Amino acid sequence: MAIYLNSDSKIIVQGMTGGMGAKHTTLMVESGANIVGGVNARKAGTTVNLGGKDLPVFADVAQAMKETGANVSVAFVPPAFTKDAAIEAIDAEIPLLVVITEGVPVQDSAEVFAYLDGKSTRMIGPNCPGIISPEQSLAGITPHTIAGAGPIGLVSKSGTLTYQMMHELRDFGFTTAIGIGGDPVIGTTHIDALEAFENDPDTKAIVMIGEIGGDAEERAAAYIKEHVTKPVVGYVAGFTAPEGKTMGHAGAIVSGSSGTAQAKKEALEAAGVKVGKTPSETAELMREILKGLGL
Amino acid sequence: MGKTVDLMEYQAKELFAKHGVTTTLGVVVETADEAKAAAEQLGGVTVVKAQVKAGGRGKAGGVKLAKTADEAFEHASNILGMEIKGLTVNRVLVTPATPPVEEYYFSFLLDRSNRSYLCIASVEGGVEIEEVAKTNPDAVRQIPINALEGVTAEKAAFIVDDAKFPAELRDQAIEMVQKLWEVFIEEDATLVEVNPLARLEGDKLEALDGKVSLDENAEFRHEDHASFEIREEADPLESKAKDKGLNYVKLDGEIGIIGNGAGLVMSTLDVVAYAGENHGGVKPANFLDIGGGANAQVMADGLDVILNDPQVKSVFVNVFGGITACDEVANGIVGALGILGDAATKPLVVRLDGNNVEEGRRILNEANHPLVTLVETMDGAADKAAELANA
Repeated sequence: MAIYLNSDSKIIVQGMTGGMGAKHTTLMVESGANIVGGVNARKAGTTVNLGGKDLPVFADVAQAMKETGANVSVAFVPPAFTKDAAIEAIDAEIPLLVVITEGVPVQDSAEVFAYLDGKSTRMIGPNCPGIISPEQSLAGITPHTIAGAGPIGLVSKSGTLTYQMMHELRDFGFTTAIGIGGDPVIGTTHIDALEAFENDPDTKAIVMIGEIGGDAEERAAAYIKEHVTKPVVGYVAGFTAPEGKTMGHAGAIVSGSSGTAQAKKEALEAAGVKVGKTPSETAELMREILKGLGL
Repeated sequence: MGKTVDLMEYQAKELFAKHGVTTTLGVVVETADEAKAAAEQLGGVTVVKAQVKAGGRGKAGGVKLAKTADEAFEHASNILGMEIKGLTVNRVLVTPATPPVEEYYFSFLLDRSNRSYLCIASVEGGVEIEEVAKTNPDAVRQIPINALEGVTAEKAAFIVDDAKFPAELRDQAIEMVQKLWEVFIEEDATLVEVNPLARLEGDKLEALDGKVSLDENAEFRHEDHASFEIREEADPLESKAKDKGLNYVKLDGEIGIIGNGAGLVMSTLDVVAYAGENHGGVKPANFLDIGGGANAQVMADGLDVILNDPQVKSVFVNVFGGITACDEVANGIVGALGILGDAATKPLVVRLDGNNVEEGRRILNEANHPLVTLVETMDGAADKAAELANA
């Protein structure tokens, strides 16, 4: 098992024929993910060979789903067109939409999030590395070679920290690793992923990675206290980030005392989460827990 | 709230005026002489206001009433060059003094927690709003806005009634709320704040002060927003980095940091700061995220900025090859050192991991550059960089 994405997932790519789209579609095909086609209205009816696989291009998401039975879409469209692409996928009732695009205007994301209300689509992102269930499927840009399948569930705001943590814990492996993105408005939160991991029988323990800014980690801590029975290990980046300086991620800004790494760490620890000072210490905490579980 | 461009008061007011929000623009000047001339031109009593991107200007002595043009000159002389929350005042806004009869508070903002928008409105006081929020939270109305529905005339009326604006101002307030919403949506703002929203003599509503934050991600559809970025206030190294399209923030330590991905770089800052505790308290000198495409030119640009920081004593290059393969990164480092030549004088500690790491390490070992030390782990490399910075 895994969460949101598994070996039954059939994936289409919105923006498959663009530079980023083509490059990562190739990598996804090479990882063994079941990519079944792409969407580009202007190239509908053609076929593109990526990663040694002939992939049909469809006019829209609805048609692609109808023809291929796709249940996941990964979007690589430019920021100016991301909102429309997301709405197209949501209207087609795709079960899972993964938006990789970086630099989406936050008002567009807010509109898409409001549009999701009452719809059947789960959105991950935008501005995220996507989701990988090692040895099953990959919907996004996470390198599939970092770690294999195993008992850990991972949810992270940051892309490269996802990779770093998977690398640190490659001796155990992962059910699923999700990069939810660091933008102020995102489709899937830490809490959503925690809930799914809690309900996934193969996930034995959870790593949660946060960073300064917002209150998502504090809210996740409150959720863990109430609802999560599996062991959770946390890591928060940005302890030494100076106040008021933006560190690149849209979400990563410190304003006053709330949203600081220290506040997040304290909230998580109060919920019984062990929090590492560094990625390697966090991995070590997880290793001890897994050994304690006899894994 | 996100990656934003925060505007100064006079810039915010320009946007207000563009969308028909009642406000007084005044005159922005950079010298006391110009302030005097502006006060003479405006006539009567004026207000001289420091223009910096910080709150609490009044309390810091950055806002003064001038009865005469000479007083405006005097105030401007004192305010220009003043530091408010670490920011130097380089310009003042001179406006006609319009003493409010009552002060209200109004804002639209992006509400991260609810992934939507929020309106905050209060008729119980403008500038002391934070105090009011504590002592009388019911008087500070928080009204969620649905991102798809926005603020219709009906919603604006609801806001005005909910916040209990005086009946005689109701129509004006409704119109102002709609226009402020227009500013928020059409300019792709994450914050539009009017504090105080003043009731002037003759029951006239006016935005006496304004704060606007614009979403940088939306700049592609707002060419005019580029003019709001005032570069002179940025650190010279930050300016140079920005010219090269690098995501760089200057800090005050000794260890230059280059990494890929904002989260990993932030984590690197932490790990380096911890390592520094064992090496005389050395700290990170900067944040620099070179993103996914760590080619030779980007690496050279990054190193160029960092090596030009006189405080830097060692550099830590921390790359996890995800999309970018480590051999490309290694070639980038070797190429960058080649481009920089004699300009590269400080020791580099490099940690590579991930995609194609063996080849990356081989390239660096083979190049055998005298300044480069390759360390296998992030913790070990941070320790080495701290040790070198403390040497």
